[in-house]
Amino acid sequence: MNDYGKIMSAAEAVSRIKDGDRVMVGGFGATGTPHHLVDALVDSGKKNLIIISNGPNAVGEGISRLVENKQVKSMIGNYYSWNREVVRAYNRGEIEISLIPQGTFAEVIRAGGAGIPAFYVETSAGTQLAEGKESRIFNGKEYVLEHALTADVALIQAYKADSLGNLIYSKTARNFNPLMATAAGFTIAQVEEIVPIGSLDPNAIVTPHLYVDAIVEAKK
Amino acid sequence: MKVYIRDEIAVRIARLAADLLESMVDHNLIVNLGVGFPSMVSDYLDSPRVFFHVENGMLGVGPTPAPEDEDIDLIDAGLQPVSETPGCAYFDSADSFAIIRGGHMDVTVIGAFEVDSAGRIANWSIPGGDKLGVGGAMDLISGAKTVVVAMSHRTRDGGSKLVKKCSLPLTGNRPADYVVTEFGVFRFADGKFTLISTGDDVDIEKLQKITDVDFEVSEELKRLQLNV
Repeated sequence: MNDYGKIMSAAEAVSRIKDGDRVMVGGFGATGTPHHLVDALVDSGKKNLIIISNGPNAVGEGISRLVENKQVKSMIGNYYSWNREVVRAYNRGEIEISLIPQGTFAEVIRAGGAGIPAFYVETSAGTQLAEGKESRIFNGKEYVLEHALTADVALIQAYKADSLGNLIYSKTARNFNPLMATAAGFTIAQVEEIVPIGSLDPNAIVTPHLYVDAIVEAKK
Repeated sequence: MKVYIRDEIAVRIARLAADLLESMVDHNLIVNLGVGFPSMVSDYLDSPRVFFHVENGMLGVGPTPAPEDEDIDLIDAGLQPVSETPGCAYFDSADSFAIIRGGHMDVTVIGAFEVDSAGRIANWSIPGGDKLGVGGAMDLISGAKTVVVAMSHRTRDGGSKLVKKCSLPLTGNRPADYVVTEFGVFRFADGKFTLISTGDDVDIEKLQKITDVDFEVSEELKRLQLNV
């Protein structure tokens, strides 16, 4: 079934990640987080990582383990209050965190994958998060220039893949995963089940296979 | 002025906000409820024409499921388990915020720390605090057609959360359209607040004394029974 060579173990897939890499991680809370891949990244011991994710997961889980294991240099994301350990590490100056409003965070990743270097958005105009950013008036309203985000590697979670890498998602576990799949040089998908090519309904495929470089089968 | 316990505040805000939303249902109403007080509004609103949206990618959000029906793949923006409703749909986070940013979201009901006399909202950051995050608040406030703030009227120390000028970091340039507290619904339009509905137990003169912004009282003031 592995005619295209994309199906591999989590350890083999994350061996593509180097010290200092920018790594996108999908998920909203635990939902849609590729825990198996993140755990493999913890085991790899890679350091100085720049983690791009909505948040850090709970203490002792997922991305938080990377922070607790001192593998993270900086984080770019939206909401960290759910994890006191990560907020403390930030307050102690051990990691840098850049906050981006959630909708802008989604859109800078989408733009990164779509070849759009920057765009204007009304969100954050007039707030601390717009300080130092270019702004411009359109139709009498202030808009802020936001730059696209890309990554070296994306770790995503999906419901099912075919062995070519086409993906379908489950409910709200979709969240940032299809966006991140498009915005990284190498995308690794953790899926609950790998099925033969041709057995997914083409109408239902959300992420077409060209975005997926490695497929790892694992129960969530 | 009566001080309500937190549960009473929550129910009074939810009833007032639900009544306000019901008055807006002249077409299908797409509504985003924030975490905290706003999330309770759906318990008091039962209309087939109101559809709840969550930022993490769903329209047509249903109530909290029974424990045996919880699904880790089906949560709201506060990470709480929710359920499907007939006609619900899923989408990714960029599409979810395009709904908001593109002007397709009729109403956002959102919590706040402060709202000032210019209607401006501070709801995401308390400098020096142990929180770090912005969530979807800035996107919702700038993008929704109608912004409804749902917050307790007073701080824990008894101070007014309707203030002359916000002291906390602002969430955006866009002012609120309505502020709902346990004492009533204040409409903000043309640079001034007007009390448009309140509880049948609220003394308006006393309410003015504990509120640090000026407000007028609507000639069509609605009195609702709000006690739990």
